[in-house]
Amino acid sequence: MYDFAYQKPSNVADAVAALGADPEAKAVAGGMTLIPVLKQRLNRPSVVVDLAKTGLAGITAGAGSITIGAMTTHAAVAHSADVQRVIPALAALAGLIGDEQVRHRGTIGGSLANNDPAADYPAAALALGATITTTKRAIKADDFFQGMFTTALEPDELITKVEFPAATKANYQKFRNPASRYAIVGVFVAQTAAGVRVAVTGAGQGGVFRHTAMEAALSKNFSADAIADVVTPADDLNGDIHASSEYRAHLIGVMARRAVAAAA
Amino acid sequence: MPQVSLTVNGTHHTVEVENRTLLVELLRETLGLTGTHVGCDTSQCGACVVHLDGASVKSCTMLAVQAEGAKVTTIEGLAAADGTLHPMQEMFREHHALQCGFCTPGMVMSAVDLVQSHPEGLSEHQIREGLEGNLCRCTGYHNIVKAIAAAWPLMHGKALPVAAE
Ligand SMILES: Cc1cc2nc3c(=O)[nH]c(=O)nc-3n(C[C@H](O)[C@H](O)[C@H](O)COP(=O)(O)OP(=O)(O)OC[C@H]3O[C@@H](n4cnc5c(N)ncnc54)[C@H](O)[C@@H]3O)c2cc1C
Ligand code: FES
Ligand code: FES
Repeated sequence: MYDFAYQKPSNVADAVAALGADPEAKAVAGGMTLIPVLKQRLNRPSVVVDLAKTGLAGITAGAGSITIGAMTTHAAVAHSADVQRVIPALAALAGLIGDEQVRHRGTIGGSLANNDPAADYPAAALALGATITTTKRAIKADDFFQGMFTTALEPDELITKVEFPAATKANYQKFRNPASRYAIVGVFVAQTAAGVRVAVTGAGQGGVFRHTAMEAALSKNFSADAIADVVTPADDLNGDIHASSEYRAHLIGVMARRAVAAAA
Repeated sequence: MPQVSLTVNGTHHTVEVENRTLLVELLRETLGLTGTHVGCDTSQCGACVVHLDGASVKSCTMLAVQAEGAKVTTIEGLAAADGTLHPMQEMFREHHALQCGFCTPGMVMSAVDLVQSHPEGLSEHQIREGLEGNLCRCTGYHNIVKAIAAAWPLMHGKALPVAAE
């Protein structure tokens, strides 16, 4: 790992100022992605700005929504009675990320900002129609994810919190890579006041995406049978040593049907 | 040089580190606590698990400076001052839950956190899932699972409830 300067600001404004002052500065939240990247020397920040003391952790249940602070760990979301009550599928998803030790450090803000094409939270954010609040603006999930490892965030813009609308029905099904724990395919199905949405992670070459053909079929009839004949083209899907694009296309159908059948 | 102050196994330390020093490097190289192992260095094997303010974390994936002000417990801090093993260590021994022993410090630290955070009980399935972040190349896990189930009653002072699965 190359060395770097380290700052631990005690509020969000100072963190933004530190990032704005130096284009090579990089925020660290849980470090579960950034530290492995630094070890591999894939990134060389001049300053690492630790968000630990910026007060961005916490979960609040509002009328018909759950708001999660950017620095809230995956473990805190998985174990939150409020999240389990309002959006149980979201708590379950958080409990499927990595392993318990990763969940003790990794945060929702870091996961969304990183937008790994195999990460779990992007599927929940897109399917539930979450709103991502930053230090500059509020961004709809539809506009936030802009391709693999790419988001609408500017270099000195930090996620502060994420609001998830409650769902009448929701479920997440993940087909894991048993070694890395990441999703080979993950499908989040949600029925909210805004309609039915299906978001797929792990499979798309451009990262998380909405499966509009399934959404149309489920809007008419929310049942696993309704999507049994929906074909997922393999053309734009990832293929690697773990799974071909055709296999991923097949898994999307299987995971989506399981998610619809299990949605509560 | 940057400094970090932290409490390790009940002893307060203020030491000089580089910003890039990992917590596991501070523990092993600066403090000489070599019970915490580095197996993969890619955040996957769990040989480096320690407790940070009571929660199990991978010390190879944390900067030492991030542990400023924290209370860290390593495998060396589990046994009593007179050498009496922690019930989890004792059950690992009793149930042959180790062979080469390389994964054992991390296994034990993850297992202690797992049992402590499940006072309501722990099924075999939950134990296996709770060990997702720890890899063992030798044992095949069965005896580790048995050891953890056997440690639960000793740590909670009551019988392990039969899981409603
Ligand atoms: C062994 C292992 C298994 C894993 N398995 C999974 C899995 O199954 N599913 C999954 O989804 N993830 C998995 N992860 C990744 C994990 O969820 C990470 O926690 C997450 O990707 C990044 O969160 P973090 O808080 O650790 O971010 P960091 O690593 O600290 O930061 C990641 C990036 O986000 C930026 N950032 C952090 N916080 C903010 C913010 N508030 N605003 C703007 N930018 C910010 C940082 O600058 C950095 O570029 C795994 C990780 C490991 C090590
Ligand atoms: S050495 Fe830390 S997880 Fe393997
Ligand atoms: S006992 Fe050898 S790796 Fe677990």
